[in-house]
Amino acid sequence: MEKVKESKVTKNKDDLDNHDDACWWSIHKGVKAIFLSISLFALLVRVAVSLHPYSGAGIPPKYGDYEAQRHWMEITINLPAKDWYQNSTTNDLSYWGLDYPPLTAYQSYIHGLFLKLFDPESVSLFTSRGYESYFGKLLMRWTVLSSDVLIFFPAVLYFVLAYSSNNSSFRKSDLAWQIAILLINPCLILIDHGHFQYNCISLGLTVGAIAAICTDKDLVGSFLFTLALNHKQMSAYFAPAFFSHLLGKCMRRRNPIAEVLKLGLVVLGTFAIIWLPYLHSVDAVLQVLSRLAPFERGLYEDYVANFWCTTSVLIKWKRFFSVKLLKFLSFTATLSTCLPSMIQQIRFPSKQGFLHGLLCSSFSFYLFSFQVHEKSVLLPLLPASMLALDEPSLFIHFLHYALLSMFPLIVRDKLVQAYLAIYALTFLIINASNKGQRKGRAFQSARVLFGFFLFCSLVLHVVYLVVRPPERYPFLFEAVIMLLCFSQFTFLAVFSNIKQWTLSKDVQPMDKQKLN
Amino acid sequence: MEDYRRRQQGDVSNGPKPRKPVLELLWFFAIAACIKFLLIPSYRSTDFEVHRHWLALTHSLPLSQWYFDETSQWTLDYPPFFAYFERFLSIFANIVDPQIVDLQKGLDYSSNTVIYFQRITVIVSDLCLVYGIFRLTRSLDPIKRKLVWVLVVWSPALVIVDHLHFQYNGFLLGMLLISLSYLEEGRDLMGGFAFAVLLCFKHLFAVAAPVYFVYLLRHYCRGGFVRGFRRLTIMGSVVVAVFAAAYGPFIYHGQIQQVIRRMFPFGRGLCHAYWAPNFWVFYILLDKGLSILLRKLGFSVKIPTASFTSGLVGDSSPFSVLPQITPLITFVLVLLALSPCLIKAFKDPLPRMITRWVAYAYTCGFVFGWHVHEKASLHFVIPLAVVAVKSLEDARHFFLLSIVSCYSLFPLLFEAQEYPIKVLLLLLHSSLMWLGFSAQFNKGESVKQATSKTKRRHIQTKVSTTSTGEPFRIRFIEKAYLFGLLVVEIWAQFFHPFILGSKFPFVPLMLISIYCSLGVMYSWIWQLRWILRPPPN
Repeated sequence: MEKVKESKVTKNKDDLDNHDDACWWSIHKGVKAIFLSISLFALLVRVAVSLHPYSGAGIPPKYGDYEAQRHWMEITINLPAKDWYQNSTTNDLSYWGLDYPPLTAYQSYIHGLFLKLFDPESVSLFTSRGYESYFGKLLMRWTVLSSDVLIFFPAVLYFVLAYSSNNSSFRKSDLAWQIAILLINPCLILIDHGHFQYNCISLGLTVGAIAAICTDKDLVGSFLFTLALNHKQMSAYFAPAFFSHLLGKCMRRRNPIAEVLKLGLVVLGTFAIIWLPYLHSVDAVLQVLSRLAPFERGLYEDYVANFWCTTSVLIKWKRFFSVKLLKFLSFTATLSTCLPSMIQQIRFPSKQGFLHGLLCSSFSFYLFSFQVHEKSVLLPLLPASMLALDEPSLFIHFLHYALLSMFPLIVRDKLVQAYLAIYALTFLIINASNKGQRKGRAFQSARVLFGFFLFCSLVLHVVYLVVRPPERYPFLFEAVIMLLCFSQFTFLAVFSNIKQWTLSKDVQPMDKQKLN
Repeated sequence: MEDYRRRQQGDVSNGPKPRKPVLELLWFFAIAACIKFLLIPSYRSTDFEVHRHWLALTHSLPLSQWYFDETSQWTLDYPPFFAYFERFLSIFANIVDPQIVDLQKGLDYSSNTVIYFQRITVIVSDLCLVYGIFRLTRSLDPIKRKLVWVLVVWSPALVIVDHLHFQYNGFLLGMLLISLSYLEEGRDLMGGFAFAVLLCFKHLFAVAAPVYFVYLLRHYCRGGFVRGFRRLTIMGSVVVAVFAAAYGPFIYHGQIQQVIRRMFPFGRGLCHAYWAPNFWVFYILLDKGLSILLRKLGFSVKIPTASFTSGLVGDSSPFSVLPQITPLITFVLVLLALSPCLIKAFKDPLPRMITRWVAYAYTCGFVFGWHVHEKASLHFVIPLAVVAVKSLEDARHFFLLSIVSCYSLFPLLFEAQEYPIKVLLLLLHSSLMWLGFSAQFNKGESVKQATSKTKRRHIQTKVSTTSTGEPFRIRFIEKAYLFGLLVVEIWAQFFHPFILGSKFPFVPLMLISIYCSLGVMYSWIWQLRWILRPPPN
């Protein structure tokens, strides 16, 4: 009986969807209704994770990212905008000084007002340092939740609608799966709602920008991406892909220079509006810029699975090379690894290629740029999750190691229980659909090898939690995790570059017509 | 690109085989378990400490002192099987952290170990519910089956009561479902056995005992006097054996009176501090209204010492005008309300009706019972979920009822942290129900048509035009009622504290009770009508 249905499904894709799928209920109503229930579920998961501790809970004197965000709210609502990035008697920059672009500061200002309304003590100048309370935590958590709902969720809906209108061959259950993948991104949820950050804003703006560009609204896209860039400078990981794709598109139009000028004007205009309080003098701009580029924090932080940190096992980069040289080295390495994917997009811009380009450029930045953090893995993970329908195996493989690479951070934040539950939850959801069980060819052929790596990663989780490292090498397990993740990330970066180049052959002719 | 896409679709046809139903059900369970696990750090009521104390009590004391111990105010007031169950769990508790089962040092113990241990026992014991629902839905077709699983395994009311508030209802309801599934299959002896076991776990389930008794008498013990009598003896001895296993040890120690006294504390009053949304809400209201009216007319009406609105519950009569309600009156009323169902069961004991009858019995118990707790609405909402997929009318009724019953549980979680959780649970449940019922009733016909091969070509056109059955839609009156629910919630949560401040603190809860009791009364009447005049199939 069920088999009969299964075979029929493939023929009448959309209407008689796969009843053996976990997404069976999605058959009748439209994408928006499906989106509504999935987003309610995703929201529930977020609220549940937010019950768990945040980073630096109850650890004076510096606490953690939670305190940093709260401190920014305190600074922004009590001081005028021009003093936000300036060291002064009222603004001690050595205590969690603001080091994100102005849009973050504005966001802190708005959230600060919200906190002030309900719990004025939590944001009063000076006296609120290290403020922790039941209600204060709730309010802070709710600011993240509301940002997520107001920015990330609509952006995902926009993207899915844009994506499904491009490819009418998608089944509704596939779309439901894609929505679930995007909304229940375990790394993002753990960092934003567990550890405490506002990545959902910059990533949401990026998703919106991608969706806009996919529907050929390039100006809206560049506006949104400029906003993302001005919320977190880390969004620059995507900049090469945006730049090359838009440039490639413009060059195919009748009047390339005018097109480029239009985009440039939008970007500069957006920048000008956001930076308005600091445009009165060059010094003010430079002061903010110096806050945004914290070169003094070093080439890498903790045990991040990128090139510099991994090779530092052999070459002590930090010790033998000057910061200036390292800056140059990391800059050239990042740029040169981005280059192939950029060239591909300039020559053959396509939507599929754009998504791959985003993945490649963010991978290059993660692996080679200066001052990378474990949390930066969120950036390559975003385009990978957007590609989940086309490259399910790449995404699934990546997700395992992205989670593993964050594990030491999670343990430090006492979020292990949340991590385990959400890890299980995500893979249950991924495997609910047939998509999740299908593997790409490249992954199929080396199944044993990948299975082995996966087994290692699961064992490492247990070892990291249970076994105490030897006295001589207290960070032995961090190093092993880093090595494993780095090897996988490198493989995935190479794989996605190759994929992008092979794409251009079959995608090209179709997209060319659309553009003209 | 096209080629790429085709390759992917090609994969589907020879791709993964349809999974076994058990695995699919376990998938639903696992998703729910992950969410429940994430919710562990949330608020927990005193019931958590009650169950922790019972672990300590059964572990540290000999059986003969279980029902006498008064170390804590949370004395053991569940039947013996539940005490045995706690004794079983305490073995593991002792391994995990011996302080959990320490009678003195364990009091109000709230370390992470005890929280995780007890919460996880609830999550794991839900497997019983999963087995029950699996048995009960085995014969349904795959789509309906999944819908029922969503309604039961992802029930928001169960999450609120069991996994936030803390209790073991999932596992007890699982046993009820197992019993019902045996009855539906016609294996009455096993059904009766499971129900007897359930009664020895939690005696509140006894409300359905009359239905069970009449049904088993007429369905199991039929076929002439001799055969009937033999079967009656078999059933009787099975039930007696179960009860002997439960109460035997206490009879041996001569403590049966003490056990009974602990299990039935009638001194607790007609209503709980927060009134369960049932018939008595209207009775209290009528009393209030009359007393105000009479006072206006110049009669002297004495104000009762224990008032419902002040939250105090005592033995003295809380009514000023209307007659006092005693446990006996509620008992008679419940039986009276049950009688149409009993007569039906006596006349024509149909296995396919038993789930409805049992659910109806629990509804009667809820509507007219003594000291009813709002959590008791689970007893009929969960069995009704199985019935909900049978017809459009059932689906509509269930849609309304489950929202109301879940909403009436909101006051259980009164802290700010859990507010978004309970709201999201209810919204998610409603949207899944709506999507599921729509998929079930709007597309049901077209799917059936598609199975006949001749018509397959025309499906694309047919699907959009033919929905021979009436689609799942919520009627105006129901919409208005649900909208009113929203108004009540917004008033109680936001406007009341802002406008009236701390004046009339009982009003929000009272409003919720009154409004939900309207819905529950509607459900009771609807079920009664259905039982009296079942629509032709």
